[in-house]
Amino acid sequence: MLRVTDLSCERGGLPVLTGIGFEVAAGQALILRGPNGIGKTTLLRTLAGLQPAVAGTVTFPEDEGAYASHADGIKTALSVTENLRFWADVYGAALPGDILETFDLADLADRLGGTLSAGQKRRLGLARLGVIGRKVLFLDEPTVSLDGFSVKLFAKWLQETHLAGGGVAVIATHIDLGLKAPELDLTPFKADVDAGGGMDEAFL
Amino acid sequence: MIALLLRDLRLAVRAGGGFGLGLAFFLIVVVLVPFGVGPDTAVLSRIAPGILWVASLLAALLSLDRIFALDYEDGSLALLATSPLPLEGAAMMKALAHWVTTGLPLTLAAPALGFLLSLAPEAYAYLFLSLLIGTPALSMIGTFGAALTVGLRRGGLLLSLLVLPLYVPTLLFGAEAVRRGADGLDPSGALMLMGGITAGCFALLPFATAAVLRINLR
Amino acid sequence: MSMWEYANPKRFMGWTRPVLPWTFGLAGLCVVVGLIWGFFFTPDDFRQGSTVKIIYLHVPAALMAINAWIMMLVASLIWVVRRHHVSALAARAAAPVGVVFTLIALFTGGIWGQPMWGTYWAWDPRLTSFLILFLFYLGYIALWEAIEDPDTAADLTSVLCMVGSVFAILSRYAVLFWNQGLHQGASLSLDKEENVADVFWFPLLVCIAGFVLLFIALVLMRTRTEIRARRIRALEARARRA
Repeated sequence: MLRVTDLSCERGGLPVLTGIGFEVAAGQALILRGPNGIGKTTLLRTLAGLQPAVAGTVTFPEDEGAYASHADGIKTALSVTENLRFWADVYGAALPGDILETFDLADLADRLGGTLSAGQKRRLGLARLGVIGRKVLFLDEPTVSLDGFSVKLFAKWLQETHLAGGGVAVIATHIDLGLKAPELDLTPFKADVDAGGGMDEAFL
Repeated sequence: MIALLLRDLRLAVRAGGGFGLGLAFFLIVVVLVPFGVGPDTAVLSRIAPGILWVASLLAALLSLDRIFALDYEDGSLALLATSPLPLEGAAMMKALAHWVTTGLPLTLAAPALGFLLSLAPEAYAYLFLSLLIGTPALSMIGTFGAALTVGLRRGGLLLSLLVLPLYVPTLLFGAEAVRRGADGLDPSGALMLMGGITAGCFALLPFATAAVLRINLR
Repeated sequence: MSMWEYANPKRFMGWTRPVLPWTFGLAGLCVVVGLIWGFFFTPDDFRQGSTVKIIYLHVPAALMAINAWIMMLVASLIWVVRRHHVSALAARAAAPVGVVFTLIALFTGGIWGQPMWGTYWAWDPRLTSFLILFLFYLGYIALWEAIEDPDTAADLTSVLCMVGSVFAILSRYAVLFWNQGLHQGASLSLDKEENVADVFWFPLLVCIAGFVLLFIALVLMRTRTEIRARRIRALEARARRA
């Protein structure tokens, strides 16, 4: 469902990762591993199409990708339900009836985004993924500031709703989500300092 | 796309300051002018069209940097860019939301402020009409400027420097239409040219705005 | 070999090095000869007296102020379409040169205007257009300076240059609508009867050639500086990574 071939990506004009290739079949997840600064965020942004790849290709069904980062895009002046309904409208999807329960937000439904705690905000941000109904998810540290209970909640949704429904997820994370998913260590793909590509190359 | 427009309007209403601040600024500028140039009604009535136009232009400028800055900081802009909503459409909706929260209230308030400057009675209709036609262009041009500077921490001042020269044609035609109205001449030429600018801005600038946003989101 | 090869930064540095001193020399020669010829070896105008001689500074500067912006527009388009780094840097290099030409045109215009129209400044369409052009230059330069990442800056300023060009032309015609003006017609045109006389024409042409060459020389020199700065940046970035 998601195929990546010989992908190179850059950050700040320098290539950080080169020669990445993998394939994720429907219903499977892939966990990205690697030390801080190796380029997990850069890779996810490139996969999601937010920044152009230096080389290589990323293919997945059109209009099926979705990206989620540390920033949840929550509007502080909108309530939890309004936040979710906005994204449902943008994606032309209906708000699933059980979405608030799934992410343990039912008690917070009418609270304003600005009054939520960091973990609650995060749950709201993740609930967006359940609303928009996209099959290919690129998740950058989805569990930051979540407590153990919420992590299990999220992992459960990912496994039983998203992946079971034929979805795909590429996840950069440091903690164990308890998913049965292959891991990809990015360390071997670290770009050489002298590697080609990158915008400044023409000046050397 | 309508969802984005409604969300922005709802945010403007809830966050406060969206409608009120621009209007209050407009009022203050117009009130300050007679303090600066003296209370002679003949002088005030002569410069009223220009003052009202320049003041509404500055009031529109005031809230430009908020068009994208908040969405950029909280990550919604990146999420919007990866959503099925075309970024060009999002840019246009952002401009419309800005117009509804600043341009439209200014248009409605300007005739009232015209009294303060003893605007010629014949000119009120044209003041209203020219602002109604012209302020959407101000919002669209401003949205483009806001997109250019969205990635900069202190983009506010730069934004004014970039946007104000782009406002020149709209201002010229707008104030000219009101002035001709006040002098009993036919202002339809100026109004039509300004309508052309507004239409052109909404036809072309969303593309430039979206291109610039994509660059800034890289 | 494609002509675009010359736009590779290394090749550009190579071929401009010998060309640059000649361009500067030729520019200096033309400007000096043109100005001396114009100032000392042409008759006074029967209406304007010796005041007319400021034309030898005013007209070439005004011409180059506009041409510099057009060159920036073309360079921006080349950057957007073909992504040649030298093109973006040349646009950046040209902007301050264009600003200086614009200022020269405005100042000499004011000095000329005082004895002719009795005022240094009037809100005449041509003068106003130049003032607006000056503002466009300022915005363009400020945007370049404000953005840290050079490729992002190149992309954004290119879009600004294109959008700005459209609005500059709009402003040019909008001010005509707004005020008909005092300024005399164009000094140089091919189809008008009322051109300046030949005696003034030839030294003026030499001056214009000099200003064009001076512009080219300055832009080449500044582009070379920009390329060196980018090279330093690239080397430093790699040194930090190593």
